[in-house]
Amino acid sequence: MTPLPSTAGDLPVLLPFRVSRTRARFTLGPVRAWLLGAWLAGLVLVMPALAQGPDAVLSPLQVILRWAPLLLTGFAFNVAISLVAMLLGTGAGVGLGLALVSEGPILRRVAWGLTQFFRNVPWLVLLFFVMFLVPFQVTVFGLRVPLPDWIKATVGFALPVMANVAEIVRGAVRSVPATQWEAAESLAFTRRQTLFRIILPQCLKRMLPPWMNVYALIAMATVQASIVGVTEMLTLTAQVHAAEGGRPELFAPLYGFALLCFFLYCYPIDRLTARLERRFETA
Amino acid sequence: MDAVPNWFRGLYETTGYNFTVFYDPYDWDRYVNGLKTTLLLAVTTILASIVIGAVGALLQGGPSRFLRGLVNGFVVVFCNTPPLVQIFFFYFGLGTLLPATQTADGLRVPLLDNVQWAIVALALFAGAFNVEIFRSGIEAVPRTTVEAAESLGYTRLKAYLYVVLPLALRVCLPALNNNLINLLKTTTLAYAIAVPETLYAVKQIWSESQNVLEMMIVLLATYAVLVGVLVWLMHRWERALRIPGYSR
Repeated sequence: MTPLPSTAGDLPVLLPFRVSRTRARFTLGPVRAWLLGAWLAGLVLVMPALAQGPDAVLSPLQVILRWAPLLLTGFAFNVAISLVAMLLGTGAGVGLGLALVSEGPILRRVAWGLTQFFRNVPWLVLLFFVMFLVPFQVTVFGLRVPLPDWIKATVGFALPVMANVAEIVRGAVRSVPATQWEAAESLAFTRRQTLFRIILPQCLKRMLPPWMNVYALIAMATVQASIVGVTEMLTLTAQVHAAEGGRPELFAPLYGFALLCFFLYCYPIDRLTARLERRFETA
Repeated sequence: MDAVPNWFRGLYETTGYNFTVFYDPYDWDRYVNGLKTTLLLAVTTILASIVIGAVGALLQGGPSRFLRGLVNGFVVVFCNTPPLVQIFFFYFGLGTLLPATQTADGLRVPLLDNVQWAIVALALFAGAFNVEIFRSGIEAVPRTTVEAAESLGYTRLKAYLYVVLPLALRVCLPALNNNLINLLKTTTLAYAIAVPETLYAVKQIWSESQNVLEMMIVLLATYAVLVGVLVWLMHRWERALRIPGYSR
């Protein structure tokens, strides 16, 4: 069952439902974005160097170049955490979202409670919650499975993703016109068939931009893992700073480098999201 | 007056659930101070970020190419980098570059302390999102309304203040609502630079009193109440601002 192709003569009812964009964007092309990034990098790297004087041990730029492989490994770890958290969170979130639109009132209530809870608790608090209250190892059938802290942190990030994805699923299913349900019913589809073969395929497109938004948010949130003791980019940045003698003028370039890495990773995602939103809006 | 402490002491003796905050005055003090700091952070950053958003949106629609570019750059950078790294960058990076005074004992007294830096960083972070939110609201104000204001002799600033912004505010309140709730939750990040807000105070209590689970429950309940109060206030504001007939 594929959605009917829309033609010029369609009644308004048959036209795809339009979700209005809440966050309007301005245009800043990829090229200019990278130029901006490079400019910021220059600002962050060169300015302290100028302020520093000639008798410096190692200029901030040299320090960053020297430690870039280590810092970028840390960044890759952040990305890995965010990807796994997104995978887990999306899997659980789709299930929770379907529970939110289910017919059973008890299931719906429970799912609603869970969603509200995990959406409204600060992510850092949730992270503390998982880090402190989940044991460092679990025993399954007499087999001891260690749970390293980064796995726990990933689960900690997956929980808010789950709640947000559930809301996205619910919103997308609700945005499909009720006539679609009625039409499917009159064609003798069961509820399950209607959901999986008619409603959800239409929702996929609609869910993609907000889903990518959630991903960008979780990618940026992974640095919070450093607060609870996971060794990722921010932890490494602090260690690099200490290794270079803890010079105070190195703070700005080092944290600036971290900002730059995340900017260059998240900004293209943001642009792509905006582009998809625009395309689906006019489609 | 002693009913509550006694009840919680009794609860500890009978069940082992040790809610020290409710019967130990020392822990209670720390908790209340943490709550006060969180409220201070939340109120100041919410107000500052709304102002940043309104001013930024005004400049973004302005005639100056330079200012427009500046605001665009600010929004793009602050929306796409982690708030925690922003806080570190401001507090450690800029904080050490700024001039500082010294006390009589030779201790370094920075220009801004950690609470103030947290306020600055969080306000800028949320302000960047608010610029976008206000801009989308301003776009929803019909062009004819602005023209009508101009024909009545309003200057650009006056038209913005008295005509465009009040109407735009009503359109973008739901989005603003979301962002301010998010900001309230983001204040926990100030924990990382040792601002003694609720999370920090609660962490101190549970490390000393060995009651992680109980304090976690208190912490979650605290944020649930804070978010609830903010949502309630924003909804009241939304209702108070509603113009009959002017809403979708």
